[in-house]
Amino acid sequence: MEFGWGAHLPILQVIVVLLAAPLAFLTRRVRAAWLIAFIASAIALWIASRLLIQVQQDGVIVYQLGGWAAPMGIGYHIDLLNAFMLVLVSAISTIALPYSLRSIENELSAHSQPLFYVYWLLCVAGLLGILATGDAFNVFVFLEISALSTYALIALGSDRGGDRRALHASLRYLLLGSIGATFIVIGIGLLYMMTGTLNMMDLAARLPAVEDTRTVHAAFAFLVIGTGLKAAMFPLHTWLPDAYTHAPSATSVLLAGTSTKVAIYVMLRFLISVFGFEFSFIGIHVELWLLPLAVLAILYGSLCAVYQMDAKRLLAYSSVAQVGYIFLAISIGSAAGIAAGLIHMFNHALMKAVLFMAIGAVVYRAGGSRLFHIAGFGRAMPWTFGALLLGGMSLVGVPFTVGFISKWYLVTSSLDTYGLALVVFVLASSLLAALYVWRLVDVAWFRPVMHERELQEAPLSMLLPMWVLVLANVYFAFDSDLTVGIAQRTAAVLLGGAP
Amino acid sequence: MQHAPYWLVVVLLMVGFYTMIASANLVKRLIGLGVFQVAVFFLYILLAKVRGGTAPILEEGIALYSNPLPHVLILTAIVVSVATTALGLALVVRIYHAYGSMDEDELVQHDNEVESALAARDARVLQAPRKAESS
Repeated sequence: MEFGWGAHLPILQVIVVLLAAPLAFLTRRVRAAWLIAFIASAIALWIASRLLIQVQQDGVIVYQLGGWAAPMGIGYHIDLLNAFMLVLVSAISTIALPYSLRSIENELSAHSQPLFYVYWLLCVAGLLGILATGDAFNVFVFLEISALSTYALIALGSDRGGDRRALHASLRYLLLGSIGATFIVIGIGLLYMMTGTLNMMDLAARLPAVEDTRTVHAAFAFLVIGTGLKAAMFPLHTWLPDAYTHAPSATSVLLAGTSTKVAIYVMLRFLISVFGFEFSFIGIHVELWLLPLAVLAILYGSLCAVYQMDAKRLLAYSSVAQVGYIFLAISIGSAAGIAAGLIHMFNHALMKAVLFMAIGAVVYRAGGSRLFHIAGFGRAMPWTFGALLLGGMSLVGVPFTVGFISKWYLVTSSLDTYGLALVVFVLASSLLAALYVWRLVDVAWFRPVMHERELQEAPLSMLLPMWVLVLANVYFAFDSDLTVGIAQRTAAVLLGGAP
Repeated sequence: MQHAPYWLVVVLLMVGFYTMIASANLVKRLIGLGVFQVAVFFLYILLAKVRGGTAPILEEGIALYSNPLPHVLILTAIVVSVATTALGLALVVRIYHAYGSMDEDELVQHDNEVESALAARDARVLQAPRKAESS
C-alpha cells in the first residue's frame, strides 16, 4: 500500500465533509458556515472525480479503514458504480450551495441559517458514506446520519413564519424513514446470522452456499422493502410529497437530486452485488414485483402531479413517477436495462434539481410556490422560467435534452424484454408529464398576476447555478458518451458472469 | 422450543409496528417506534449467543464464548435509536406549539383546512382568462 494522499482518497471523500460539519457549527455565522460547506463540498467533488478517473484506469479500489483487513475491519470499496454516484452527489451539492445562500437568507431566521449548512454537510457526508462503504452495517450508520439531518433540513421549513406543515411532514418522514432503516438493519442482521460477515464482497461470496434458506429470503425481503421505502418506491412514497413541498427550497433541491437516488443505489447494490443477479432476478424474480409497482408509480405519480396547485408538490409527485421509471428500467433485468436505470438516475437528478431551483427562485421573489404566486411571473423572470421550461422539457423527454436520452435507452432496452406494450406506455406517460409541465408554463406566462409583489428577476447567485444545470441538461444530451458509457460499463461489470 | 426467543422478537416487532400505525397520538407512535427498534436489538443479541458460551473475555481457559461483534453493532444502533427518538420528540414539542395538538387526525384536519383555503385561491388563477399581453 502506498503512503500518500492519493491512497486515502476513499476515506477523505467522506471524512472531509463530515468534519466540516462541526467546524461550520462552531463558526455560528452564516457566511462562514456557508463558505466551509462550499469548500468541503468542492473538495468532495474533486476527490470524487479523481476516484472516478482512477477507477476507470485501474479498476476497483479497496481501502481498509485503519489498516484492518476486510473481514475484521470496515472496508471501503469503490467501483465504477459508486464512483459515478459519488460524483453525482457531490456535484449536486457543490452546485446547489451557491444557490442556497440567498434562498436560505430569505427563508430562514438568522439563528437557523448556520445550522442549515451544518445539517446540509451532515446529510451530504451521510450520502457519500453510504456510497463509498463496502460494509453492510456501515451503510445503515451512514443512512441514519443522512436521514436524521434530512429530517432537520425539512423541519427548518417551518422557521421564520414558514409553514408549520413542515414539522408535520418531517415527523411523518421520520417515522416512515426509521421503519425503512430498521428493516434494513433486520435484513443485514439476518444476513450476518447466515454468513458471519458484514463485508459486501464476503457476503456475495458466502451467500450462494446458504441462499435457499428462509432466513436469506426474509433478509432479501426486508432489504428490498427497507430501501424501497427510502427510495420512495410506490406505494411506499407517501412521505415524499409532503417532505419536498414544505421543506426550504434549497433542501428540496438537494433531496430531489440525491437522496432517493442513493437509496436506489443501495437497493441495486444489495440486489446485484450482494445477493447476485442470478439470485435476485432468476431465482426470486424480483422484477415481477418491481415492474407492476413501477408502472403504478408512473401512472399514479403523473396523474397526481397533473392536479397539483403547488408547484413543489407537483414536482414531488413527478419525482414519484420518475423513480418509477428508474425501477422500470431496473426491472428489465438485463445489462441494458440497468444501464438505462443508471442513466435516468443521473439525468433525473439534473432535471429535478433545475426545476426545484427555478421554483425556489419564484419563492424568493413571490413568497410561495403555489399557482397563485407563479401566475403571470413568466415575463418578469425570463431566466428563471426559461430554466423551468427547459427543465420541464427534459422531464418530458423532448429531443436535445437529457430526458430524451433517458427515455431512448429505457425504450430500446425494454423492447427486447417486454415488447411494444411498454414502449407505448412510456410514451403515453410522457404525455402526462407534458400535461403537468404545461400547467406551470400556462400559469406563468398566460395568466394575470394575482398579487402585489414586485416583479423582478431572481438574483444572479441563484440564476447562475440554475443555468449551469440547465446547460448540463443540454450538454449531456449531446455528449452522452460520458454518462451512457459509464452506465453501460457499470452495468456490464455488475452483471459480470450473468447472461 | 429453541426458537422461542425469536418469537419474542417477532411479537415485539409487531407490537411496535402496530402501535405506530394504529395510534393517532404522536408520542405513542414514537413509543411504538422505540419498541420496534428494541425488537431489532434483541434479534442481534440473540444471534450473538453461543450455547454454553461465556462472555468474550481474553482469559485462560475460555474457549467457547459469545460473538461480541453483534453487541458492538447494536451499541451503534442504540445510539441511532436514541438520536431518532430525541429528534422525534423535539419535533412533537414543536408540533404541539404550532398546532396546539399532537393528535395525527387533528393535524391532518388542520392541514386539510389550510390546503383547501389555499387551493380555492389557486383555483382563481386557473379560472382567470388567459391573456396575450402582460399588464
